[in-house]
Amino acid sequence: MPTSTPERDIDLESPIGGIPLVHQTLPRWAPHATLATAVLAGLALVGAGIGIGLAAVLVVLLYGVAIYSWSRPIEGARKAKDRVVTTAVMATFLLALLPLVSVIVTVISRGAARFDIEFFTHSMQGVVGAGGGAYHAIIGTLIITGLAALISVPIGMLTAIYLVEYGRGKLARAITFFVDVMTGIPSIVAGLFAFALFALFFGPGVRLGIMGAIALSVLMIPVVVRSTEEMLKLVPNELREAAYALAVPKWRMIIKVVLPTALAGIATGVTLAIARIIGETAPLLITLGITTGTNFNPFDGRMATLPVFSYYEYVNPGIPPEPSLERAWTAALVLIIIVMVLNLAARLISRLFAPKTRS
Amino acid sequence: MAKRIEVKDLDIYYDKFLAVQGVSMTIEPRSVTALIGPSGCGKSTFLRSLNRMHELVPHARVEGTVVMDDQDLYGPNVDPVGVRRQIGMVFQRPNPFPTMSIYDNVAAGLRLNNARISKSDLDALVERSLRAANLWSEVKDRLNKPGSGLSGGQQQRLCIARAIAVQPDVLLMDEPCSALDPISTQAIEDLINELKTEYTIVIVTHNMQQAARVSDTTGFFNLQGVGQPGQLVEIDDTTKIFSTPSNQATEDYISGRFG
Amino acid sequence: MPATEQPVRPRTKVRQRPGDRIFAGLSTGAGVLILTVLGGVAAFLLIEAWPAIIAPADEIPGGEGLVLYIWPLLFGTLLSAFFALLIAAPLAVSIALFITHYAPRRLSQALGYMIDLLAAIPSIIYGLWGFFVLAPATLGPTTWLTEYLGFIPLFEGPPSATGRTMLVAVMVLAVMILPIISAVVREAFRQTPRLHEEAALAIGATRWEMLRMAVLPFGRSAIIGASMLGLGRALGETMAVAIVLSVSGGVTFNLISSGNPSTIAANIALKFPESTGLDINALIASGLVLFAVTLGVNMLARTIINRRREFSGAN
Repeated sequence: MPTSTPERDIDLESPIGGIPLVHQTLPRWAPHATLATAVLAGLALVGAGIGIGLAAVLVVLLYGVAIYSWSRPIEGARKAKDRVVTTAVMATFLLALLPLVSVIVTVISRGAARFDIEFFTHSMQGVVGAGGGAYHAIIGTLIITGLAALISVPIGMLTAIYLVEYGRGKLARAITFFVDVMTGIPSIVAGLFAFALFALFFGPGVRLGIMGAIALSVLMIPVVVRSTEEMLKLVPNELREAAYALAVPKWRMIIKVVLPTALAGIATGVTLAIARIIGETAPLLITLGITTGTNFNPFDGRMATLPVFSYYEYVNPGIPPEPSLERAWTAALVLIIIVMVLNLAARLISRLFAPKTRS
Repeated sequence: MAKRIEVKDLDIYYDKFLAVQGVSMTIEPRSVTALIGPSGCGKSTFLRSLNRMHELVPHARVEGTVVMDDQDLYGPNVDPVGVRRQIGMVFQRPNPFPTMSIYDNVAAGLRLNNARISKSDLDALVERSLRAANLWSEVKDRLNKPGSGLSGGQQQRLCIARAIAVQPDVLLMDEPCSALDPISTQAIEDLINELKTEYTIVIVTHNMQQAARVSDTTGFFNLQGVGQPGQLVEIDDTTKIFSTPSNQATEDYISGRFG
Repeated sequence: MPATEQPVRPRTKVRQRPGDRIFAGLSTGAGVLILTVLGGVAAFLLIEAWPAIIAPADEIPGGEGLVLYIWPLLFGTLLSAFFALLIAAPLAVSIALFITHYAPRRLSQALGYMIDLLAAIPSIIYGLWGFFVLAPATLGPTTWLTEYLGFIPLFEGPPSATGRTMLVAVMVLAVMILPIISAVVREAFRQTPRLHEEAALAIGATRWEMLRMAVLPFGRSAIIGASMLGLGRALGETMAVAIVLSVSGGVTFNLISSGNPSTIAANIALKFPESTGLDINALIASGLVLFAVTLGVNMLARTIINRRREFSGAN
């Protein structure tokens, strides 16, 4: 025994349980075979008239129980448990993909009916029943989102620059903290804020495009700050010092060295921020309302936007309701396409133009 | 408890890249085997292949045999988890679980292997392991404090206690002193000397004096050239390797001419 | 990237150039503006809510005063968010584990994107999906629940004939907050030191035991913080609930009947366009309550997450 001065005797021979070095393991194909059997059983159940959802749940349960009771006597309790957990983890991932797939399939299949030229070229001016389109709402969404970006991007970027290049001490810490907190503001509260702000000056009946843009900015600014901040932090300090060594003033260093290096990342962040707010409904519902005609002026009266258009087509359908509901789904489809394209664009930007500093 | 390991014609691959080629050696029970060699020569890779830890890298695989107790560790039906249970490992940097107390760190492996172990048995085993790691007197009053509060050398001895708590047959040490100061290093080396009466120990080290001090047998790994696989050049009694090595490269290395 | 967390920059004492002063002023101003906006949100909501706060009880919609007007809404908000979190948090942790420790490494990033896409879908679309797809699909199961588990108050029934129940609202909310929680937790799991994982494996842990020993404890405060973030999001979610939930007011824990309490956010969205006068002020007062609750939850969440960040720094 290596112990120097044992204070009391300990039973050294007491065996502790353990996994023997060699024991039977399930063959490599065991999980696959079990899964195949479970799926076949599930298909049989579907054939027997059970719902697909229920059958899928049963397949997972069946697989879990089967692999456990196969593994337990051969591989022991610990390994069997490990296999069950693996099953559960994979099942939850598939479960999470289910709504994603279901949403996309639903929107495409229901929205395809009115995905036509008229939808993109006509407003709802004077339309009763079938026909009409979301031209006015698309224009409105573009104007409002553009305005929101116009407000948010400079403020957000400057704040990020402050945090990374200038900020020290309490103020910087407070801003960082509250920017994070701001990302959690409910969108409806942002809408109420814009409404309250304008109602104070113009009375409670006011509905303007710019109100919606301000509400969206409250939601967008923190996202821009966070993503820009992350990107600026990735700019290596050597670059800053190299610029200082050339006797460049700090502000020119930031504009000429730091920002260009981080530009791709910032563009990605801004694109994702736009994707996040372009589908916002609640704040626009209470600040813009809805119209049937096209309004290009965000400082004068109500404007239609895609999400709100979709909502009202659903909530106030005509008689019969089908044409309205079809328009609602097509608006949703257009919205989802825009969001997906923006997300894709963001990934592309970051992949194509990423600075070669981190690989 | 201690067991002999026989390695025969072991090739270690990462995907298609051959990292270590043709290693054959016998690791004697109740002895310390040191593996030395220049950086990147595959000695750590080889060490990790002894308890199948290298498999954590995707697409890593081996050819050849590692036989312990008449059982090929890479044979069919061998569970890597079981291998690691019997061949413990101590890492380059001390890595106690930061969220666990000193006691729980040592007890972690015991709890895994025996869920129904009684509190008194567990206490006794934890104490024995900490004593064996020469740490008991330093920590007995703060067993419920986090392990991360200890000094680097104490943390490393805690990791050794954690490794021997499950009563392995073999203890692998991957440069266990490289992150420690000389005094802590001394404590670990003393500990290795004590542990070898009960365990088979394989230690990878960059420090040739350390190899000379603690080991009975020394193996020298080297690369034939850049991009070539690492190979075991020579393995022999430590005294012989450090006095009259039979290979020129070994002599160059231990006399400090390269590496 | 702990190295980039706190850039070490030499503090040079240079004469301030006009360009420097303007630029520094602009960027500081932008930062201060953000704080002002946040304060402004509270201030303007308070100003516009004030008439409802001081108004006599019988002039508030419902005729029983502001507190009794808001309370059922707040109850519905908390109820739906709580159950959504109860469903989403374990799933999110499991998904984060899958992406970081089970999925093939080459796929893991792409799978992460797919989960992130769930967060990108606008809430109005979740609302329509919940109304047209999910709600009808729950009709069978809710009947079953009432029949066999009806003794539990949550499933007392009678089941709604449209499926526009609190249960469906909860499920839609859970799907919506899942990616937010999962993203934060995923980041924490990914940062688990490899050494700790190897330490667990080296004493003979199976993968699940390794996760429980090294990964889950390491990510614990991130899981808590992320759950709070998700809770904040669920509390404020508007359109999906407004569309899915069939509202009758009243305070009940019954998740599957047709009589459901509304939530603050959904109530505002449904009532605001048609409201005038004091009704608007009352709605804004309810919005102020929602703002206070979400602000509190978010501040707590960020504090927890930030503490972990300091904890797990470069040491």
